[in-house]
Amino acid sequence: MGSYIAIALFSPLLGFTISGLFGRFLPKNVTGIIASLSVFVSFVCSIMLFNHLHNGGDAVKLETFNWIAAGNISIDFSFLADKLSVWMMMIITGVGFLIHIYSMGYMHHDEGFYKFFAYLNLFIFSMLTLVLGANYVIMFFGWEGVGLCSYLLIGFWYANKEYGYAARKAFIMNRIGDLGLLLGIFMLFNVFGTTDYQTVFSSAGTANSATIELICILLFVGAVGKSAQIPLFTWLPDAMAGPTPVSALIHAATMVTAGIYLVARSSVFFVSSELASTIVLVVGLVTAVVAATIGLKQNDIKKVLAYSTVSQLGYMFVALGVGAYSTALFHVTTHAFFKALLFLGSGSVIHAMSGEQDIRFMGGLSKKLKITHFTFLLGTLAIAGVPPLAGFFSKDEILAKAFYGNGILVFILLAVTSVITAVYMFRLYFLTFHGEFRGTEEQKHHLHESPSTMTIPLIILAILSCVGGGLGLSSLFSHHHFADTFLSSVLTNANIPHPSHLFEIVVLVVSVVLLAIIILMTRSYYTKKQNVPTSADEETGFGRILSKKYYFDEIYKTLIQKPIEWLSNFAHDFIDRKFIDGIVNISGRGVTVCGNYLRRVQTGNVEFYLLAMVVGVIAFLIIYQLV
Amino acid sequence: MLSYIFYILSGLTILTAIMMIAARNPVHSVLYLIITFFLISGQYLLMNAQFLFVVNIIVYAGAIMVLFLFVLMLLNLNKETEPQKSMKTKLAGVISGGLLLVNLLGALVKSNSSTESLPITDVGLVKNLGMVLFTDFVVPFEISSILFLAAMVGAVLVGKRHKGEMEAISE
Amino acid sequence: MPPIDHYIWLSSILFSIGVIGVLIRRNGIVLLMCVELMLNAVNLLFTAFATNFQDSAGQVFVFFIMVVAAAEVAVGLAILVMIYRNTKSVDISLLDKLKQ
Repeated sequence: MGSYIAIALFSPLLGFTISGLFGRFLPKNVTGIIASLSVFVSFVCSIMLFNHLHNGGDAVKLETFNWIAAGNISIDFSFLADKLSVWMMMIITGVGFLIHIYSMGYMHHDEGFYKFFAYLNLFIFSMLTLVLGANYVIMFFGWEGVGLCSYLLIGFWYANKEYGYAARKAFIMNRIGDLGLLLGIFMLFNVFGTTDYQTVFSSAGTANSATIELICILLFVGAVGKSAQIPLFTWLPDAMAGPTPVSALIHAATMVTAGIYLVARSSVFFVSSELASTIVLVVGLVTAVVAATIGLKQNDIKKVLAYSTVSQLGYMFVALGVGAYSTALFHVTTHAFFKALLFLGSGSVIHAMSGEQDIRFMGGLSKKLKITHFTFLLGTLAIAGVPPLAGFFSKDEILAKAFYGNGILVFILLAVTSVITAVYMFRLYFLTFHGEFRGTEEQKHHLHESPSTMTIPLIILAILSCVGGGLGLSSLFSHHHFADTFLSSVLTNANIPHPSHLFEIVVLVVSVVLLAIIILMTRSYYTKKQNVPTSADEETGFGRILSKKYYFDEIYKTLIQKPIEWLSNFAHDFIDRKFIDGIVNISGRGVTVCGNYLRRVQTGNVEFYLLAMVVGVIAFLIIYQLV
Repeated sequence: MLSYIFYILSGLTILTAIMMIAARNPVHSVLYLIITFFLISGQYLLMNAQFLFVVNIIVYAGAIMVLFLFVLMLLNLNKETEPQKSMKTKLAGVISGGLLLVNLLGALVKSNSSTESLPITDVGLVKNLGMVLFTDFVVPFEISSILFLAAMVGAVLVGKRHKGEMEAISE
Repeated sequence: MPPIDHYIWLSSILFSIGVIGVLIRRNGIVLLMCVELMLNAVNLLFTAFATNFQDSAGQVFVFFIMVVAAAEVAVGLAILVMIYRNTKSVDISLLDKLKQ
């Protein structure tokens, strides 16, 4: 079975090499097909591994070679495919394959076509390394790899300066988190002497609890950076500068869930550390609420989805904080389906609108973009949590776990967020697809449905968004909770009682009623009355704060950027110019003075040099004999 | 018996070496040096290093010293053209060299001296040396041939008249 | 046969004579000859030790030293001829351009 791991890893790497090195000489279709095929091969391998594990097989381990060996440190370059890894693999390669196909249509007119596919393949390779690594160091290797790919793809249209800045912002924000992760790995090394998952987890009980708490918090800092949680979330909305398939693959479905994977992977530690779990819970909760409210006032179709992603990631962290790790992964899965669908749908819309992203200039697209409209509607219903679509089950489960695991306050906040989510999603949907068209005549003339390479992935993802909930049917409908039973052997879930049937029925009824009200209200507000949101500068009161994103960027600018600038100026003007340069100048002058005396020794006469040499040798020998 | 030959040879070697550095005429210096080399070759023979004995005579006393003589004659150097140093510098040189000798011998005296006479071996026979040279040391041997080639090219290149000089002479 | 110590004495004396020669002469050609003398002193010592330890490696090294010495003389004499051509002398005291 180990060879499946190797093939799954190397197939995208091979694809990356081919499209990166020879892509410019190959026709676009060939490059696209090679890249997609390489991911498909990985997907097939994932299915094989999944099948193997599902039938009760043991976790597969692939040991290649001893990577780093120095003193007591020994790190193997080995991979481990257990149920958690394979679960993630399925999402990455499955959704990744669909997005590759979609990109063949979306990026068809782009000059950097081959470069784009090379990066995408490199991303898949890095992400697989991340989830398949058998120790934290290999995982970190993949972690940095996906960070790099994210940077490259956000700044894909590097001719635009703003996009370049967005890429840099994402990179730097991630570095802050990575520092925490790195420190966490160092701590693990210090405590356990190794970072191999199996060894570390089996000896987790031997370390003292304060150390474990610290390790958990440090690891979580890494997760905060990668999964865009408060306070490091501002990079994700800016990351929408990248091409839309990238937003779908990296910034919605896979890379941003690496933080969830990290916490779930370390569930053995987190389950025993209360403080760290509480921090995870609080950060996730605050992020979910804050990002959802910001999403209410965004006018860029991709920005709305970006804040929605941040908010949903917050949801997942709440689940992790409560200790329901398999629930979090279940939500990762369903979220990957419907958020990828929504992003790809938005990409289709942008494609049709010739690059326009502002929903104030859209409207009424449902007539022209039939498939896009229908699939987008399904995605919206799924994320809003309409039963029996995928989003309902995962969200419902998180709500239930929060209610039973952590009490009423968390539950209420999550429920409110859920309502807000529905509001901004239907606002987006109605503004985009219904009402009158508000763009220019030229755009209206150009409106067209996307090619089949783009619509087929949309349809597949829409189907998955509908039936994906089946992976985790709540106990009301079935006793068989597939995600839970499959993952429970790898994850150490906290002991949370199953929700009662009464609770589930109440949640079901209330959510259906609420959703119906929300749909009707948003429909009448945006479609019937033709209200169009104003730009951020015209907003007043709280709305203005929301559309300015709580002034997060401005606060960071004043609190962090300005002091650093001041410090840099101080260092430049005073420390560097006066102090360091002063030392250099003084030493230079000293050498000049000494040189003036010493140069008289340099007669230029070869004989004198010879004599000096002999005298030197004699002196050396005398000293040697005396000592 | 052999010891006596050694001491006689040594005395003569040192004597000719001193004559070599003391001679005013560079041609004499060369001739004294040739004698020195012959005497050193005698030492090799005494140690039964037959191969080195032959090579030393051919390469050093033969080829190299003839080269020196050639150059001296070519440049027409003799006693009259020989530059001389002042007595003071000469004295400084002799004292420095003497100190060096004292140092080297001091080190020898300090260490455990052995009074055992040298064994008589046949490692220096052409056959034995050839075996070693063409098995263990074959790579350095080949590389030394490349060094020779490089030296030859270098010597020709340095000794060649440059374009500008040619014109200056022809004009 | 005399002991190894006496060979060391002889070699040291010859080597020192070579050094003194380098220091007291001004003729570049004689200087090169003194260097040859020093090399020979070392060769002699190598051979003596090779005989003492009955190891032929020392004699092989002497052979290689001869190779290098021959190459050195070829290049050195070429340089001296060049110097003579430019300065009409082989006096190394004239070579004080290193100062610049």
